[in-house]
Parts: sequence; C-alpha cells; structure tokens
Amino acid sequence: MRVRGAVCCVMLLALTAHGDEADYAIARAAMVDEVYFYATLARDTGEAALNEDVMQALGTVERHEFVPARQKPFAYENRPLPIGYGQTISQPYIVAIMTDLIEPGGGDVVLEIGTGSGYQAAILSALVHHVYSIEIIEPLADGAAARLARLGHDNITTKLGDGYYGWQEHAPFDAIVVTAAASHIPPSLVRQLRPGGRMIIPVGGQFTTQQLLLLTKTDDEKIITRQIAAVRFVPLTGEHQDE
Amino acid sequence: MTRVQFLATLLISAAAIAYEILLMRMLSIVQWHHFAYMIISLALLGYGTSGTVIAICRRWLEPRFELVFSISGLLFSITMVACFVLGQRVPFNALEIVWDARQFINLSIIYIVFFVPFFFAACCIGMAFTCRPSHISRIYFFDLLGAGLGALLIVGLLFLLSVQSALIMLAVLALLASALMAITSTARKPLAVMQLVCLATLLFGLPQEWLVLRISEYKGLQQTMQVVGSNIVHVSSSPLGLLTVVESPRIPFRYAPGLSLNTRFEPPEQLAVFIDGDSMSVITRFDGNLDALGYMGDVTAALPYALLDAPHVLILGAGGGTDVLFALYNGAARVDAVELNPQMTRLVTDTYADFAGYLYDDERITIHTQEARGFVVRSNDQYDLIQVALLDSFAASGSGVQALSESYLYTVEAIQDYLKNTAAGGMLAITRWLKLPPRDNLKLVATVIEALRETGVAEPGRQLALIRSWNTSTLLVKNGEFSAADITVIRQFADSRSFDTAFFPSMTAHDANRFNLLDQPFLYDGVNALLGDDADDFVARYKFYIAPATDNKPYFFHFFKWSSLPEVMALRKRGGAGLIEWGYLILVATAIQAAIAGVLLILLPLSRVKRRWPRGTGSRMGSYFFLLGLAFLFIEIAFIQKFILFLSHPLYAVAVVLSGFLVFAGLGSAYSAQLVQRVAQKRYSPVSVAVAGIAAIALLYLAVLPMLFQQLMGLPDAIKMAVSIILIAPMAFFMGMPFPIVLARVADRAPDFVPWAWGINGFASVISASLATLLAIEFGFSVVILLALGLYATAAAVVHD
Repeated sequence: MRVRGAVCCVMLLALTAHGDEADYAIARAAMVDEVYFYATLARDTGEAALNEDVMQALGTVERHEFVPARQKPFAYENRPLPIGYGQTISQPYIVAIMTDLIEPGGGDVVLEIGTGSGYQAAILSALVHHVYSIEIIEPLADGAAARLARLGHDNITTKLGDGYYGWQEHAPFDAIVVTAAASHIPPSLVRQLRPGGRMIIPVGGQFTTQQLLLLTKTDDEKIITRQIAAVRFVPLTGEHQDE
Repeated sequence: MTRVQFLATLLISAAAIAYEILLMRMLSIVQWHHFAYMIISLALLGYGTSGTVIAICRRWLEPRFELVFSISGLLFSITMVACFVLGQRVPFNALEIVWDARQFINLSIIYIVFFVPFFFAACCIGMAFTCRPSHISRIYFFDLLGAGLGALLIVGLLFLLSVQSALIMLAVLALLASALMAITSTARKPLAVMQLVCLATLLFGLPQEWLVLRISEYKGLQQTMQVVGSNIVHVSSSPLGLLTVVESPRIPFRYAPGLSLNTRFEPPEQLAVFIDGDSMSVITRFDGNLDALGYMGDVTAALPYALLDAPHVLILGAGGGTDVLFALYNGAARVDAVELNPQMTRLVTDTYADFAGYLYDDERITIHTQEARGFVVRSNDQYDLIQVALLDSFAASGSGVQALSESYLYTVEAIQDYLKNTAAGGMLAITRWLKLPPRDNLKLVATVIEALRETGVAEPGRQLALIRSWNTSTLLVKNGEFSAADITVIRQFADSRSFDTAFFPSMTAHDANRFNLLDQPFLYDGVNALLGDDADDFVARYKFYIAPATDNKPYFFHFFKWSSLPEVMALRKRGGAGLIEWGYLILVATAIQAAIAGVLLILLPLSRVKRRWPRGTGSRMGSYFFLLGLAFLFIEIAFIQKFILFLSHPLYAVAVVLSGFLVFAGLGSAYSAQLVQRVAQKRYSPVSVAVAGIAAIALLYLAVLPMLFQQLMGLPDAIKMAVSIILIAPMAFFMGMPFPIVLARVADRAPDFVPWAWGINGFASVISASLATLLAIEFGFSVVILLALGLYATAAAVVHD
C-alpha cells in the first residue's frame, strides 16, 4: 500500500509543520484518500486503477499554493476551483486520471499546453524528467512561472506564447497534455509526439470535464485516438421508466 | 388626479416594463438567456410586495400620495441604475453551481437586488390605485397603456442605443414621472433639488466603468480577451444581440471544429465574432484563392459535398460567412445563406468586406436577412443541400448552459420543413458537437426519425448517415434512400480522414469504432435502437432525455432526467460533473426561491392586516385568487415561448406578448363591470362567461396557431408583431375579467380581504413564472395551456353561487 504509506508520510510531516501548513497537509491526505477511494470504486467497475506513483504525486504537491487566497480553504476539496481569468484548476480526480493515462516515466519529457496555475505541471514534475509548459494568458504564465520556481520545481520550463506549434526546440515529447480548449488537435503537436508517445486532452467546460481524448502514436507512427468518459455511466439505459 | 399625474403613472409603468425587458437583455449578455423568467418573477414579486406594504400603510399613505409617489419614482430611478450596477457585482457563477452551494446564495442575492426597483415602481402604481379609487378605471388605462408603450419603446431604444444608454434613458423617464408628481406635492422644492441632483448624476456623474457590462468570465468572449494580444475591434448592439468582433494576431483563432488528424492544412487568419459574449463564429480571411482553404475539405461537415455534384446550397445561420466560404470551397454552384441579424451580415458586407474578400458580392451567393424557419417555410426553391450551421460553442453545449433555451431549429416540424425544401436526392446536413455519453447527437437522430415517420417514410434508416470525428458528428438526411455508391463514398470520405462512420444503411458494428475509439460504439448502438421496434422503450430507459424535440416542446438542449439525478450526483466527484444538466436545476432553484420570497415578502406581512370577513371567505376567495394568478401566468409564459417561433427572437416575443397581454387584459378588466351587468339579467355567472371565452379561444389557438404561424412566418417583423398583438388581444381581453369581477364583489362584502386577494394573486404569479417553464419543459406548451384552462375552470367553480 504505497499510497497509504505516502499519506502517512504526509501526515507525519504535517505533525512537524506549523499552523496552516499542518492543516493543509491533513486536508491533502484526506483528498488523496478520497481520490484513492474513488479510484478503487472505478477499478471495481472495470476501469483501470490509478498508478500509485500518480497518487503519491497528488499527495505531495501542495494544491493550496496553486489557488488564489480566497480559494485556499477549499484547496483540498475534490473539485475544480476558479483561479481567475476565466480559468480553473482541474478537479484532483481528473488530474489523477489524466496523468495516469499518459503513463509518465522517470525519463520522460512532457509538453503541457495551458499552464494555468501550474498544478498539473507540478504533479508531472514529480513523475517525469522534464516538463515544458506553454500558457497564452500572460498573468497566469507569469504567476505560474514564479510559483513553480518558488516551490522548487526546477524541472519545469514555462513560457508565454502560442501552443499551436508546440515547442519544437525540445521535441519530440514522450507525452503531451493539452489542457487549453481547442476546436481541433493541432497537427504540429501530433508531429512532436515521439513514436510510442501519448497525448491527453480533456474535453468540456471549465468546471465540467465531459470526456478525455487519449491520442497514441504507435511505434510505426500510426495515430489512434480513444475517447474516454471520465467516469463510467454505463449502461446508458436504466430500468424501464414510464415517461 | 390631474392629467399630469396620469401621465406620471403612464411613465412609471412604461419605465418598469421597459426595465424588465432591459434586464432580460442584460442578463442574456452577462449570464445566459434563461434568467429571463427570473426577471418576470421579480417584477411580479415587486408588485405583490408593494401591494402588501400599501395595504398595511394605507391610512398613512393616503394624505401623502403625491409626496410618496414622487419619492418612490425617484427611488425607482436611482435603484434602476444602482441595482443594474450592483447586481452584476454579485459573484454568481452559474457554472459552479454543481460544486459550490454558495452559488445558490449568490443567486438569491441577485434575486433580491433586482427586486428592489420593481418594488418602488409598483409602489407608485399601487398607491395611485389605492389612494385615488375614484379614478381607478383611468389609472388602469394609463397604467396599461404605459406598459404597452414601454415594451415597444425598449425594443426601439435597443436598436439605437447600447444597453447602458437605454438604462439611463429609462432612469430619466422615471425621474420625469417623479418630477411631474412633485408639482402638486407640498414638498416640491426639496424634491426638485433631489431630482436635479439625480438627473445631473445620471447624465454626467456616473463613472463609465460602473456601467460596463461585466460578462461572466467563463463566456467565450471574456476567455478570448484574456489571450495575450487579443483586441476588441468592433462592437454593435441591437435587441437581437451584442456583437463583438475580436482579433488575436499573436495567437490566431484557427477555428475548425472536427478537423481531421490527417489534415495537412490549417485555417487562415480569422476574426472571432461573439453574440452576447458567447456563440463564437468566425470571419475567415479570403483573398479569392480557394486553395488556401484546404482545411475545409477535412472536417466532418464536408461529407455531403463528397456526395453531391455542384449543389445548390441553403445555409441556415450564415454567421460570419465562414460556412458560405465553406460551401464555395467544397464546390457549391449556388449558395443561399440565411442570417437573422442584419448587423452580423453587415460585418461581412461592409465592416470587414475586405478581410472577407467581398465574399457576399460573389454572384453565386445570395444573403437573406431573415429568421431561418420562416425563410424555409416561405421559400419555393428546392435545394440540393440544406446545412444547419454549428453556432453554439462546445463549452455552452457541454455544460448544460442551454438547457432552457428554446430552439426551433431542431424540432420535428423544423426537420419536416427543411426536407420539404430538399430536392429529390438532396440532403439535409446537421453538424453537432460530440458529447459522451451521447445526448444531443441521439436526440437529433430521434427527432429526424420522428419527422420522417410522420411524413410516411416506412424505413427512415435508409435515408440516414452519421459520421463522427473526436469532437463533432455530422448527420445526413437524404431525400431518398442512400445508394450503394453513396455508401462507398461515405466510407471513403471517412476512412481517408480517420473519421468513424456511426451509421449508414446496412452498416455493421465492425465499421463503427475504428479510428476514434469509444468504450462502446455508443452512436451506432443508439441510432440502431432508435430505429428499432423498441425505440420508445430505449428512449424511456436512456439516462438522458432524448425524446424528439417538437415545436410544442422545443427544448432540444434539455437532457435532464430526475431519475438519473441521484446517480450523476454520486458520480460528481469521480469525474461525472459533466453528466449533470445544471441549467434545469437552476430553474428549479429559481422557482423555490420565488416561492420563499413570495411567502416572506407578500404573505407574511399581510398577516398584520386585520382579518374580518364572513366565514368561509378566506379559503374560497383565497383559492380563487391563487388559481387565477397561476392560470394567467401559465398562459402568458406559454404564449411568450410559443411566439418565439413566430417572432424569431425571445426578446421580441417577451416585448410583444407582455404588452399585448397587459393592454388587452386591462381593456377586458375595464369592460368587466359591463359584463357583470349584462349577464346578470340572464342569470349567468360572469366569471364562467369570461372563462368560457378564454377556453374557447385557447382551444382554437391550440388547434390553429401552428398552422397559422407556418403560413405567416415569412412576413416582415413589424407585421408579424401586429399580427401577434391581434392574436393575443381577444384572449387577453377575457383573461382580464375574472380578477376584477370577483374583486369588486369582495370589496363589497369583505373589504378587509381585498389586500389578501391582491397578495395571494401576486404570490401565485411569482411562483408560476418559473413553474410554467418547468411544466413546459416536461409536458409541452399545450399541456401548460390546458392546465391553465383547468385552473380557470376550477376558479370559476369555486366562486359559482
């Protein structure tokens, strides 16, 4: 039970921390527990269980550092939160699933389109070799860069700019996470994905994820996309209702 | 009362209804359209509450009529602007409501804030009735004439002015009413000073930033404006919508829904056009070289062009012209494009004509500035292809935000209208966003199947084809059966672009899930189930509401089912929030808060009024006025929604139907005393006569309105508005009678019950505004109207003696 172990470690650390930090650590452990619980439920319904390294990263990254001050009391609730500029920090459960789906490895180089507050990048940074992240909203880009540097995530490089053409200097990438809404998948991003690499795109509004799109480039560079419901809602037909 | 005082009453009444419609417009821009019904309920709450307050303070108010009227008018003017500013500062986020219960509190705060100005306006009118009873019929006349004029005035003003400037005009109107009433007041000098200060502030002292529309940061426009380098380059406003054009040179838009992953192309430079801060469409740069538009061949919407040779195309919803360009790129020989909003068309023909390559000057293209359904009904042309544009954003589509929007583009009757204008061998093509689990995609298929079956097609499946990319689906409905050659083309088109076929005649499951893999071939399974013998059972058991949309229940985007709510709420924290159709839940919340507010502000204070009346009066009369309040608003709301089809836009429908009902119900009310005298000789119950009149006209309308609308839909807007008022007039005339007939009796036999009659009626009206919409969504307009007739009949039975 590596996750349980991680949670205990976090709680132990919490005891040595002070005031708010201790409260946050306890809340974070509870959040990880909740995500773990739901992931277990998911496994019981036939979905894949979440990778324990991902769970550990979720228990380590301080989500309260990635939300505005007025949202800090809710930082460890398992829900999306507004971060200003019409953007949100995703629901931890969705972050966990997305991260899990790209199957991050210790030597991977990952590109993220849509830095937001930097939370997803921070989770990834605990799991991969390096994260490159691009944001199109200037205050968010500046805020995330400063925050990630302050929190010591030195394997993340961010920039302000157009994510449509990816980040050619650092391509190819083992995985690409596209968190910004797009009407289509930019072909250049697909090109910058290494054979065997994976791209994940959440589809939906700011507070609700409708589905996840997982794009896989096979070793022979064939593209396969899978549309994955964030949660199983099947069978889609229930008991007969007289309506 | 003097003529000037009557004029003051008229002005207050005009300003109040105009403000009501202006707020609907404002909320459509800063939030979403369906808050409109909340505003109707608010106005009614204001009237109900003021009635209670006046009843309690009547003795004190009577000698101070002019003074209090003038002060109320002044406060109406001030709060009109203040609440417009404050209401937008309440941090209400409709999208967060599934996560954050505090949003319900914010919604309640908005409700209370916007209630205030209506309360003051209603105080003016209510006091005139109460304090000057000898002039009651003339006051009624001016009140209702004002309301009728106000509704038309605001529609006209919104063509000329921005929402903010129109607001200032209305505040000045209320101020003028206050000043007119102050002339005969003992305190005219201090009042004049206050009015002048208020006027100066309105005209010169209001900081512009206070009045800026604070559009939800989660609407498309606001999100786009956060992108580095984006600029608003053009704004135009009319009752049909606030159009905002945005350029984004640093991070181009590249709007191409459903673009194939195999494509070599990318979209050229584009300008984004937002309607009411959302519903993005684009104007695409065009230099005459169609080769630069290669991406337009690699989207699912291009499928029909692979099947048709140089088609004559009708595009419903031309928007910024990109769909017209799309048709040309894909080989259309002629294009007729219909666009409702002339300001949108002007963007392409004038403002950005150069950017759009003088597209609409092309002799192959004809632009029709009309409402789509009306155009199709009137058109005698047969088109090879009718294409319904994808105008709503995925975010809006995916978040349940449109749940309460009526859409007469996607109903059984609409599909039948389109198919009537499709040439033999031609097609109807509808592209939608693809959502998982499928909702609108399957509801559309169900609607099309119903439309085909109703026109006698025995095997609708032979005329359907559906393909999908990862985020769009395109449905083709052929006028005729798809041939083997057609199917080969469909397969080739889909395969070469890595699109999946979801349905075509004789398709097997093997073909359903090859490129964009789903856990199950949801669409293939769904379409087959909808075509099968157990389709009704499938629709009933499906966890979303996917029964066909009709003109009677035109809520295409309503997918909510109460039976699924416990399950989706349980899945909310496991990534299932996207399954919750929250728009419907907001309406329920609005209805509940209206009921609570009605109890707290209308009924509870009334308990202070002395209760001396004959035994049995309370329950009998209470029921009567409650039933009338429900029934009147049920019919009014059902008519507003029904007339959206005929008048093309919700705002036109609200303005015309409200003013029609107010003016003619007022005339009916004025006539009611004569009716009582006439029927007294024949020993009929006057209420029963009025209710019989209402029932006869309502039943006639239920039978003939759809046909009549169909015939007259192509007429110019102004004539359609006149026709609407003529249609509403007789119905409203009779509906104006039951209330005053019995009120006069109550005033005679149990005068202490009069404030209760007003209060109970007001309370019923307040809750019925939201309740009527909920019932319309569940059961359709016809049921709401029949229910209202039942309520009227019960009311007549209650007082029959």
